Amino acid sequence: MPVSRDPDPMQPPRQPFWTRSRIRSAIIQVGFVALLAFFVHFLLSNTMTNLARQGIASGFGFLENRAGFDIAISFLDFGRNDTYMRAFWTAVVNTLVLSVLGIALATVIGFMIGLARVSPNWLISRLAAVYIETFRNIPLLLQLFFWYFAILRPLPGPRDSLDLAGIVFLSNRGLYLPKPLLDAGAQLGLAALGLGLVIALVMARRARRYRAATGQPRRVAHWWFLGLVVLPSSVWLATGARLDMSMPELQGFNFRGGMVVLPEMLAAILGLSIYIAAAVGEIVRAGIQGIDHGQTEAAQAMGHTRGQIMRYVVIPQAMRIIIPPLTTQYQSLAKNTSLASAIAFPEIISIIAGTTMTQTGQAVETIALAMLFYLTVSLFIAAVMNFFNWRVTRLSF
Amino acid sequence: MKHTSLLSTVAVMTVIACGAVSAQTIDEVRQRGHLNCGVSPGVSGFSNPDDNGNWAGFDVEVCRAVAAAVLEDADAVRYTPLSNTERFTALQSGEIDMLSRTTTRTLNRDTALGLNFAPVMFYDGQGFMVREAMGVSSVMELDGATVCVSAGSTTELNLADYFEANGLSYQPVRFDRADEVLAAYDAGRCDVYTSDRSGLAARRLVMNDPSEHVMLPETISKEPLAPAVRHGDDQWFDIVTWTVYALIQAEEFGITQANVDEMAASEDPNISRMLGGEGSPVGEWVGLDNNWVYRAIAAVGNYGEIFDRHVGPETPLQIERGMNALYADGGLHYAMPFK
Repeated sequence: MPVSRDPDPMQPPRQPFWTRSRIRSAIIQVGFVALLAFFVHFLLSNTMTNLARQGIASGFGFLENRAGFDIAISFLDFGRNDTYMRAFWTAVVNTLVLSVLGIALATVIGFMIGLARVSPNWLISRLAAVYIETFRNIPLLLQLFFWYFAILRPLPGPRDSLDLAGIVFLSNRGLYLPKPLLDAGAQLGLAALGLGLVIALVMARRARRYRAATGQPRRVAHWWFLGLVVLPSSVWLATGARLDMSMPELQGFNFRGGMVVLPEMLAAILGLSIYIAAAVGEIVRAGIQGIDHGQTEAAQAMGHTRGQIMRYVVIPQAMRIIIPPLTTQYQSLAKNTSLASAIAFPEIISIIAGTTMTQTGQAVETIALAMLFYLTVSLFIAAVMNFFNWRVTRLSF
Repeated sequence: MKHTSLLSTVAVMTVIACGAVSAQTIDEVRQRGHLNCGVSPGVSGFSNPDDNGNWAGFDVEVCRAVAAAVLEDADAVRYTPLSNTERFTALQSGEIDMLSRTTTRTLNRDTALGLNFAPVMFYDGQGFMVREAMGVSSVMELDGATVCVSAGSTTELNLADYFEANGLSYQPVRFDRADEVLAAYDAGRCDVYTSDRSGLAARRLVMNDPSEHVMLPETISKEPLAPAVRHGDDQWFDIVTWTVYALIQAEEFGITQANVDEMAASEDPNISRMLGGEGSPVGEWVGLDNNWVYRAIAAVGNYGEIFDRHVGPETPLQIERGMNALYADGGLHYAMPFK
């Protein structure tokens, strides 16, 4: 009887190695990455060749050159004799300040609008709806122009400024405020305030833990008073209690001294936060309405007030629904700061992809810098918000 | 707006990144059947759509002259309005064939930006405009002023240099688009509006009340405004260069739009050669037919006619010839010989 050469029907047939799923997917992935790398290399080298052939300068050496222009709003010290590199950092800080202020304001307004939207009061709920539908449906660029010219047009020139007690001045050149000049004593006082805040926060945390462990409440109000009022003021008084102010004064065309919020800054913050707040309001409403009504009823049955139900039952759970879409809105606000360049706010697009690009002619490099910046900011916001999301999904409250 | 400007820049960079820009602009223009010309987005007298939506103005005539020379049709031009920050990338990437847009010729632009400049069409300088009610009569009195200026312009840098040199402080308010600069100044955001003097004259016309504003006497810079093409295409550069010279030379010879036919039959060998008379090599030399100069002048007239038609004393802009007169009349325009 001949020995059968047929494969054992009980064993799976031997396959060529490339058909095995793990190896196959590895090959596809390596192939894809190689293709991508080749594509990027092709783009880069072709760009360099084309730029060189047309005699267009390339590289990042220009960042060391003197910028030669001025920037009206800068939180860093920037002058025309600084380099393009410093102009870039100035633009970065300006953009970040605008984003952070915008996000803070948009969150506050957005939560108020969201809560108002689910209010049982018909008028409040309708007003919130009108707010949302109005600001959500008009392009942001138009809103920025609206705020900019709405601020500029009715305000008087600097010589006819509206003034408040002779120390605060409002004109079409901006809002001029007195600026505190912090001497060593005042700085020490501020440091004491920071220390006091940390102490109060630590005590509040300990009280929360104590209550979680024992069920017994523990008062911390005196710690807050001590940390925020007694400690800093006693340090300040002990060091001489001096606080000098730089006052805005009209000299020539404009005010000198003090500090100023320029109309560009004001319009940019207003425009961005009011626009994003409309979206945040809808997200908050959706979050609150996403919590099962049984939860509210159960809390009511336990005798909680409406405020308590919101604060302890609904909002903590709603945050889990709210945070992921909120991240998108924050990123969108940070990216939309680019539109503020249209109303002369000196941010990344205006300084880097605008003036620097045209003065140096290095379009590829400047646009790449701008893209890198927005990418970094967006990823950073996503990372921070994912951390918060992780915190609230742990249900540790 | 700003958004589209960024988009177009990115689009333009993609073009730089992906495709090689052909060196033979003239073949592309002929094949396409029209010239792509970059102009200012609405500056009275220089480039502005007229009542019928056709682009007209001093800068536009250069595009028309080149189109007449190359395509035998002055109307075969597509105009691309470009902001300050868009203009160079548009040219570099091949989106436009030439830029005729109140652009100052500078060392940096001529070299690092990869541009070649044709002869200067308009000699200008940076000036300052203020409200008459401010009672200012010199830039030296502007210490501490707020100044509205175009971002990415030579103006922006001159402003910083001049105020630094004179120990004056100022606060800049910068916009990419010229109409936004104007709107902000007109709304009272700035004490001062600075730009090329011709640009100030043009934009004053569209302010709420033009009579409220005065030009200060100082001219703080040289702004030679010239058409530009890309590096690396010498034939195209020659065509644009000599089209501009042809317009200037025509004024010198007294050739006008009206008498160009008559002049073509002139006994003067210089005029006859330039206008493509018997045995003239002017076409062969630049790679066009012999009548290209004739067509350019027949389409737009000579330099003086263009100037008077769009920006001269008889127009709302009321700009005197001054530096822009022919060399023979004490100005700076001097065409190289058509020999």
